[in-house]
Amino acid sequence: MKTPFFKTVFAIVRKDLRAELRSRELVSAMLLFALLSVLVFSFALELNRTVRQEVVSGALWVTLIFASILGLNRSLAMERDQGNLDAMFLAPVDRTAIFFGKMIGNFLFTAAVGLLLLPIMTILYNLTLTAPALLLTLTLGVLGLSAVGTLLATMTVQTRTRETLLPIVMLPVVLPILLTVVRASSEIIQRAETSVWLPWVQILVVVDVIYLVLCYLLFEYVVED
Amino acid sequence: MSSEASMIEVQALTKAYGLMPVLRGLDLQIPRGQFVALLGPNGSGKSTLLRLLAGLSRPNSGRILIGGWELPKEAAAVRGQIGMVAHKPLLYENLTARENLAFFGRLYNIPEDKLDGRIEDALQRVGLVKRADDLARAFSRGMQQRLSIARALLHNPHVLLLDEPYTGLDQDACRTLDTLLKEAHSAGHTIVMTTHELERAAALADRAVILARGKLHYDMQTTNLDGLKLATDYATITH
Repeated sequence: MKTPFFKTVFAIVRKDLRAELRSRELVSAMLLFALLSVLVFSFALELNRTVRQEVVSGALWVTLIFASILGLNRSLAMERDQGNLDAMFLAPVDRTAIFFGKMIGNFLFTAAVGLLLLPIMTILYNLTLTAPALLLTLTLGVLGLSAVGTLLATMTVQTRTRETLLPIVMLPVVLPILLTVVRASSEIIQRAETSVWLPWVQILVVVDVIYLVLCYLLFEYVVED
Repeated sequence: MSSEASMIEVQALTKAYGLMPVLRGLDLQIPRGQFVALLGPNGSGKSTLLRLLAGLSRPNSGRILIGGWELPKEAAAVRGQIGMVAHKPLLYENLTARENLAFFGRLYNIPEDKLDGRIEDALQRVGLVKRADDLARAFSRGMQQRLSIARALLHNPHVLLLDEPYTGLDQDACRTLDTLLKEAHSAGHTIVMTTHELERAAALADRAVILARGKLHYDMQTTNLDGLKLATDYATITH
């Protein structure tokens, strides 16, 4: 009776990508914010190379978190404003498939912004930010942010103060992701030995798995009326 | 009426939002193929009842059966049998009419080889074939509502739920919607429509029921009922 799980996920991702390719509302707003943010950081932190190496990871992730909050708010508001969340819940689909569909869309948009940000920051900060290990860390960090963010944005989008509520709710919850991803990225940017950054990446994987499972289990209750 | 003949069966249904009771022990049976106009003042529980019938909300107590399937236990089976049109169009403005229908067709698991045909049929039915590749945001309110009906009928549901579908429509769009609803009724869909338009309800529906303060206060076949009589009864009940 139910539409297959992966067919639902794929249909939602495809719809989100198509709508975004046409309107460019989400990624352009996120990218513009991210660009301005790293520019401000680069002017504010005119430090020597060593100090820059230490703080650039924080600048990258603070920028990405706020850019992702911007995107998450917009992405879920678009569903909510026209009643499309209800339209999806009306279909004979697994509700967790709706969560994963939306999460993958949000992941792709935030990851795209992150990937565009790395070469720009490489130029602005005169540091190499294109190491494969950094890309892996970026992927894992954005995955965790997208999972938690999609769940929380689905909750806050029902409220009138959604723009202010999402960061207030989301930032404390993503702290474990933020702590591990900043440490891992920082060590990678400072070209530390694999044995130094790998444990942070491993912790990040564990944190991501925990959050994904929790979001999977909680989504059904979050959307219940 | 036996439950076998009923497409929709509601027994002792209650729903409250926090401490605010909205439905207080509602009983309602709707036979297969019947068109029911659900009337009542704002806050009487019409939209809440529709959301409960659509499986979008959980009752506090009571029983809902749609086509013999119980909600919310067998929600997945029920959802495949329901199409819903709300005040909001439930459409993606950045997608074309065709893309909107294709997306919802996939969510309703319409096979890919049949999807294009079903979309063409649905667009034909609501008179939007020529605008199929236009973005939904370029549509007037009336056209969006027609597309919304196409979306609701795409998977050929047994039950069509309409929550104040005439809101914001001009006279031409209202007439088009009347025609579409008559066609859906003749095609055998069971229809439940909430509305504040009593004359229209008397003209289109087989049966008018009035909800007030969370309870059913009136239940009448419309065969011998005109808009004026319905309006008089409505005023008596709701004041």
